[in-house]
Amino acid sequence: MTALVFAEPHGDSVADATLAAVTAASQLGGDVHVLVAGSDAAGQAHAGIAGVSKVLVASDDAYAHGLAENLAPLIAGLADGYDAVLAPATTTGKNVLPRVAAMLDVMQVSDIINVEGPKTFKRPIYAGNAIATVESSDPKLVITVRTTTFEKAAAEGGSASVETVAGPGSAGSSEFVGLDAVKSDRPELTSAKIIVSGGRALKDGETFEQVITPLADKLGAAIGASRAAVDAGYVPNDYQVGQTGKIVAPEVYIAIGISGAIQHLAGMKDSKTIVAINKDPDAPIFQVADVGLVGDLFTVVPELTSKL
Amino acid sequence: MKILVPVKRVIDYNVKPRVKADGSGVDLANVKMSMNPFDEIAVEEALRLRESGAATEVIAVSVGPAKAQETLRTALAMGADRAILVETEDAVEPLAVAKILKAIAAEEEPGIVMLGKQAIDDDSNQTGQMLAALMDRPQGTFASKVAIEGDHVSVTREVDGGLETVKLALPAVVTTDLRLNEPRYASLPNIMKAKSKPLAMKTPADYGVDTAPRITTTHVAEPPVRQAGEIVADVDALVAKLKALGVA
Ligand SMILES: Cc1cc2nc3c(=O)[nH]c(=O)nc-3n(C[C@H](O)[C@H](O)[C@H](O)COP(=O)(O)OP(=O)(O)OC[C@H]3O[C@@H](n4cnc5c(N)ncnc54)[C@H](O)[C@@H]3O)c2cc1C
Ligand SMILES: Cc1cc2nc3c(=O)[nH]c(=O)nc-3n(C[C@H](O)[C@H](O)[C@H](O)COP(=O)(O)OP(=O)(O)OC[C@H]3O[C@@H](n4cnc5c(N)ncnc54)[C@H](O)[C@@H]3O)c2cc1C
Repeated sequence: MTALVFAEPHGDSVADATLAAVTAASQLGGDVHVLVAGSDAAGQAHAGIAGVSKVLVASDDAYAHGLAENLAPLIAGLADGYDAVLAPATTTGKNVLPRVAAMLDVMQVSDIINVEGPKTFKRPIYAGNAIATVESSDPKLVITVRTTTFEKAAAEGGSASVETVAGPGSAGSSEFVGLDAVKSDRPELTSAKIIVSGGRALKDGETFEQVITPLADKLGAAIGASRAAVDAGYVPNDYQVGQTGKIVAPEVYIAIGISGAIQHLAGMKDSKTIVAINKDPDAPIFQVADVGLVGDLFTVVPELTSKL
Repeated sequence: MKILVPVKRVIDYNVKPRVKADGSGVDLANVKMSMNPFDEIAVEEALRLRESGAATEVIAVSVGPAKAQETLRTALAMGADRAILVETEDAVEPLAVAKILKAIAAEEEPGIVMLGKQAIDDDSNQTGQMLAALMDRPQGTFASKVAIEGDHVSVTREVDGGLETVKLALPAVVTTDLRLNEPRYASLPNIMKAKSKPLAMKTPADYGVDTAPRITTTHVAEPPVRQAGEIVADVDALVAKLKALGVA
């Protein structure tokens, strides 16, 4: 049993998401190799991950921007030597891996939250309102991993060998034009310890900034948002937490002016502690909150910020 | 250029799913079913491309039970030109759906296949990518903007790090994210008109696709329930709680 993990592209360093996928791969019970689409330096960084015995580096420019048309043939070509191919369920993994699965004529097991046996996994369905135990009958496994539910493998201490691999290169059918990245000094949403999240009640972008940002600054927290807040343009799309946004599980999640729709809960209900501030005592968010405060956020949040 | 839009009949997004007591699945008896929300967005986008002159015909297709005809009629009422139901009472996995869609695409030769990025029941997020692989065509997943530029389509994608733009050679597969557009409601006259639009009935066997599942669901359980905690009286009490958690 040998598993190949397709690493989340992360410059010359290792993404937390990759470390979680390595843990899931180790639980399959065999050797773990990692495929890095990037520089040799990135390959070296991944060689340090505990539990990884080999790192494959594909540094062709065709693989630089996560284009599935180019990456899927590379990965499918390597899959011959493996019993399982895994990737973290990030937007990159979700884009590329099903394409690999189809090339291998395998049904992908999406977004696993637990390894139950060599071919048996748990995965959430219906926005996390049900947990299915599923068993694959395919000869090869293709799996995406929900990164919040697996411990991160240690980023250091390993001493994997590093090999370069070449693939078919560019398929010529797609081109990367650009990335409009949101620059921020804050912790990344999916790996933050504390998240302050705002909803529709914040009124507009300016008010969101005035109310949420100072609290997040005080706590050294990442900032999240409900879909309603993103749709209304208060904050960029990559702030969205939920079924169709990011899945987070911080130590503390503070939901401010968020009602607690099932699609939002799907993204944050595995947080260790949930704190909710809402003026409606019947808001569904209070049914999952460990600590709730009923009040007008425009008075209580500034007061909270000043008292911390 | 034709646009093919696969639409799936799923539990309505406002309904809270209940797990069956015997752990065999989610109880869908007497539950309101609707078109997958992402697929409504896909239909809308296809219609807008037709209305702008970039596309000529919008064909909705569903793989599912006889009742999925309702879902297709919804797509027709929104404005799709015709529909195809590939009827099966079995649960069909994304890989098999993708194989059926590939066969239909080979007959219809659409310039774009526009799917939802995920179905809200199974949350697999696979079908579009698999179809693109089987067709050996490029894919623009999680789209929040779609623009036809000659023989290419430019797709802006919602990715973890922001918004990414890719340029794809047509024909291409596009999967929709929530912010691509706001789907229209079907008007009453259009709902009436949809009843007489063509809806072809097919089966997976017509396309030579084996739909036997590769994945068996052995058990479905409720997730662990969170207990509601404590409502604190004021900000001072909240500060004390946060301090106790080591947060402040
Ligand atoms: C297919 C699909 C996918 C979706 N995916 C997601 C997703 O990934 N993430 C997500 O978040 N949503 C998602 N949604 C949307 C979701 O259903 C809700 O519409 C959304 O989460 C609501 O956002 P909200 O809580 O900010 O707004 P609302 O539901 O409008 O809640 C606002 C809350 O603020 C409170 N409030 C108002 N004023 C104040 C005040 N002054 N002080 C304190 N409290 C106040 C109100 O009492 C209310 O509870 C999805 C929906 C669909 C159909
Ligand atoms: C034993 C078993 C029982 C199951 N029971 C159920 C059940 O009771 N109810 C249920 O809904 N599912 C059930 N499933 C899951 C079902 O078979 C499919 O795997 C799943 O519904 C496919 O959708 P997805 O969410 O995985 O696809 P995704 O890849 O998330 O869908 C993305 C997009 O693909 C398109 N698409 C997907 N499926 C279709 C389709 N059938 N027709 C047209 N377009 C489509 C749509 O545009 C959709 O937005 C069961 C599966 C198994 C193995």
